[in-house]
Amino acid sequence: MFVDRRVLLKAFLFILAVVAAGMGLTAHGPGEAGASRPPVADGLAAWADVYSVLISPRCINCHTATRYPQQGDDRHRHFANVIRGRGGRGVPGLVCLSCHQDQNADSTGVPGGPGWHLAPLSMKWQDTNDRPLSSADVCRAVTDRSKNENMDGRALLKHHEEAELVLWAWNPGRRPDGTMRTIPPLTHAQFVAATRTWVEAGTPCPTAK
Amino acid sequence: MATYQLTVNGQRKQVNVDPSTPLLWVLREDLKMTGTKYGCGISACGACTVHLNGVATRSCVVPVSLVGDRPIVTIEGVANDPVGRVVQNAWVEKDVVQCGYCQSGQIMSAVALLKATPKPTDENIEESMGGNLCRCATYVRIREAIKNASQKIK
Amino acid sequence: MRTAMKRKNDLQLDRRSFLRVSSVAAGGLLVSLYFDLPAASAQGNQPAKIYPPDAFVHIRPDGKIMITVNRLEFGQGVHTALPMVLADELDADWSQVIAELAPAAEVYKDPVFGMQMVGGSGSIAHSFQQYRELGAKVRAMLVATAADRWRVTPDQCRTEASMVHGPNKQRAKYADLAIDAARKTVPEKVTLKNPSQFRIIGKAVPRIDSRSKCDGSQKFGLDLDLPGMKIAVVAHPPVFGGKVKSVNDAEARQVEGVRDVFEIPLVKGSGVAVVADKFWPAKQARDLLKIDWDLSGIELPDSAQLWTKYRELARTRGNVAVTRGDEKLIDQIAAPNRIVAEFEFPYLAHAPMEPLNATVRFDGDAAEAWVPSQFQTMDQMTIGQVLGLKPEQVTFHTEFAGGGFGRRAVIDAHVPREAAVIAKRLRGTPVTLIWTREDDVRGGYYRPMHAHRVEVGIGPDGMPAAWRHVIVGQSLVAGTPFEGMIKNGVDETAVEGTSDTSYIIPDFHVSAHHPKVNVPVLWWRSVGHTHNAFVMETLIDELATRAKMGAIAYRRKLLKPEAKKLRAALDLLEQKTLWSKRLPPQGHAFGIACHESFETAVACAVEVSIENKRPRIHQATLAVHCGMAVNPLTIESQFQGGIGFGLTQLVGQGAITLKDGRVEQRNFDGYTPPYIADVPVSVDVHIVPSTEAPTGCGEPPVPVISPAVVNALARLTGKRYRSLPLVSI
Repeated sequence: MFVDRRVLLKAFLFILAVVAAGMGLTAHGPGEAGASRPPVADGLAAWADVYSVLISPRCINCHTATRYPQQGDDRHRHFANVIRGRGGRGVPGLVCLSCHQDQNADSTGVPGGPGWHLAPLSMKWQDTNDRPLSSADVCRAVTDRSKNENMDGRALLKHHEEAELVLWAWNPGRRPDGTMRTIPPLTHAQFVAATRTWVEAGTPCPTAK
Repeated sequence: MATYQLTVNGQRKQVNVDPSTPLLWVLREDLKMTGTKYGCGISACGACTVHLNGVATRSCVVPVSLVGDRPIVTIEGVANDPVGRVVQNAWVEKDVVQCGYCQSGQIMSAVALLKATPKPTDENIEESMGGNLCRCATYVRIREAIKNASQKIK
Repeated sequence: MRTAMKRKNDLQLDRRSFLRVSSVAAGGLLVSLYFDLPAASAQGNQPAKIYPPDAFVHIRPDGKIMITVNRLEFGQGVHTALPMVLADELDADWSQVIAELAPAAEVYKDPVFGMQMVGGSGSIAHSFQQYRELGAKVRAMLVATAADRWRVTPDQCRTEASMVHGPNKQRAKYADLAIDAARKTVPEKVTLKNPSQFRIIGKAVPRIDSRSKCDGSQKFGLDLDLPGMKIAVVAHPPVFGGKVKSVNDAEARQVEGVRDVFEIPLVKGSGVAVVADKFWPAKQARDLLKIDWDLSGIELPDSAQLWTKYRELARTRGNVAVTRGDEKLIDQIAAPNRIVAEFEFPYLAHAPMEPLNATVRFDGDAAEAWVPSQFQTMDQMTIGQVLGLKPEQVTFHTEFAGGGFGRRAVIDAHVPREAAVIAKRLRGTPVTLIWTREDDVRGGYYRPMHAHRVEVGIGPDGMPAAWRHVIVGQSLVAGTPFEGMIKNGVDETAVEGTSDTSYIIPDFHVSAHHPKVNVPVLWWRSVGHTHNAFVMETLIDELATRAKMGAIAYRRKLLKPEAKKLRAALDLLEQKTLWSKRLPPQGHAFGIACHESFETAVACAVEVSIENKRPRIHQATLAVHCGMAVNPLTIESQFQGGIGFGLTQLVGQGAITLKDGRVEQRNFDGYTPPYIADVPVSVDVHIVPSTEAPTGCGEPPVPVISPAVVNALARLTGKRYRSLPLVSI
């Protein structure tokens, strides 16, 4: 009886805010307001980290714009005239699975993971001269749902966190000369964290220069 | 050492080998099947090509521990397949071989192509055979033999 | 030092022997190594030697006729072609003919070279007459036997398809006559068929080793399986001539199946051998060896440094190979009428598909060896030397080889030598030594690198009036028992194709420098012609363009009248090629080259475009004069395949390079031979009809293809390509 109405209103709004915060931020699209959504600047910085991984050899070698994959840290064209073929799985006389099994073969120096194949041309991160695309272009490609198998931010995060061929990059096995392949510039955990920040910020992309 | 049960050309075989041993060397030395050849050891030449569950596979880089129960077909057994027989006959009819060392692999790759694409174009042929090396360069007659075989496959 | 000296003396043979350069100019390997042969043979002519037929022909009771082939079958088709020759004169039923490869023995020596070997494109050229005579002699003995039985005279009988027919319908199968025939004296002279009587020679006969090579049953050297056999691999020094300082083999010995690990001497330096039950444990163990190499005092060859040195040398006159006319004339020709061209050719590996291997078993007072060998005489002798045996105490089997191209004919027999050294330690056990592909690519014995510098002075008629040519490259024979081949400081194998050109160039000066480099070198299919033909045919083409003459017309004008084979080949090419009938499609160009080597002339036309920055060869037409064509089907194979092999010189990763003494390439991923897309889609081969003595087809295809393609590219891009391989167009 003697409670101030404005206090009640404030209390109600406070509870609402707490509940809203507790529901998390993944459902937010660009432009939506949310109390703990990272600022766009943080999202862009996180994207820069993600990009650094995507264009590292273990990832970009299979995201080519051409009819061939690449190999090696110098990203040269894959030997033996291995080519993309239909569905990025090679051609009947020489499919990816002709050599690449579902796990690394360290004794013979051939990397492997389940369902080894090339990323589709829609997910190319290089130009036809084998040069990596800009951060802006790769970001656009990765977030374009008509090109990325209809993945939203949450699906992208899950892809980076769990997909086996993605995880492979951090366990890439031995080369034929016995040395270990290099891994991306961030750890997988860092990569996932950066992805999460970027996604929570609304998957912002840098503007093209 | 580990024991593996392999199905090779329809027959069950048991071998006891180091798990890291490439299938190529298990075939050649443990099973004494020398038709599959060692040319480079890094899957660059195709001389070691077999079929693993119907897929043309370069056996020099596949450790026996990763084969599992997938059936293996080698050059010694490919005549059991009607396409295999047609291809071998085409190879003989066209007098393809010279030294012959690469030809087991060439034939296995060609059979895989023709089973998937019975009427391959020139481009299909060049793509599927594009990773098989022949130092004698019998490539011209390889193309002719594949076309010859293709005509005979229904 | 002393050990090295002694080894060199061993190689030079402790028997009375001498070297003579064969004047029967069959290019390439121009040497005969004579072991106390009668004087007649020392002249380089067909020796008056008796070849006992029973060493070459065995007629079995079941009618099969086994013919022994006196040289390696490594793709060239001799396993079919020489039996064809013998079988024709014998009048054998071809469907009953089988063949085997001869073991090492005196009677199987090449009649011209005087040693058992295959090389110099000599299989048919040197043994054609020999095998004809063998066939004719056996036929004569069979006929004589039948005639005796039927109490008729031999000339009343005739033969056909393994049957003797008498004048009164008598018939006898060869198989039924063979035992009695073998008792007859071998006739010294026989009448050979008139070529018009040939039933087998000259026909497109399919190879008799085809089926077995298509069903996995053909065994090569690497496929040998002997009871108790072990496998050996050798860790070679990273720089040629390096020695083992120390080895830690503790981990290597832990590998299950490894039997022994020990240091062995090599031709130069030393290495570490690993012996195991099977290949994979041997290889794994070798990878686990920790070897400290002693590289002190060893030259570290480096490609970049060598090029600098070679280019400098090419600017100075070397040892004179050919000189005619006035050497100063070229300096007097005004610059606009002069071309100065510098060419570079890298080291090339042969890389035959079957990795190098040799199997030896040492029994103390004898030994047995199985080698896919191009050089049985040297290999057998070397194995004997290592084991303290005479050559004849080494039973030497010739295995089928998966390619060779010269790589299996090595004067120092280094692979059988390694095998013998290992076998000596494992007395009673057969050991197969395997060189992995990495060993092969990095193991030396390459086609040497070469630099050329050519100055051409063009006359008012557009023809070359003066030509000054310096060639720089290691000698193949210096420091070997074949050193006698070097004349005036010039190794003929480095200048052939230029020095013996069939073009009329009145003022012509060719000289050579042969630097010593710590890289073992070897003849690579067509030897000196590989680079010399490239230089000659690209320059001639350039001259033709400048003179505004057609490529064929220019060559016709410039060729000596007596270059009959080349002229005939050019004529046939002009007839058959599309070149003269139509213009190439947009973006395509034709290119021509012609060259004679090993007494066979080849003219080549290619149609080329550029796809994905690489030359795309749509079609090649070849016209060939090789004398009488023994088997047109095999000849076609040799030419289709030979030009594919020749394209090793052009493909982007077709070079062996060294840095700080170490070969930079490791396997086919770094040294990449031509795949199917790199060679012409179709190749038409036309043979000039001829009844002249047959000449070789193994090497002649190789030199023409690279200049022909480059001549076409020059028309497309306007650029000159003087540095191989073609890394960028």
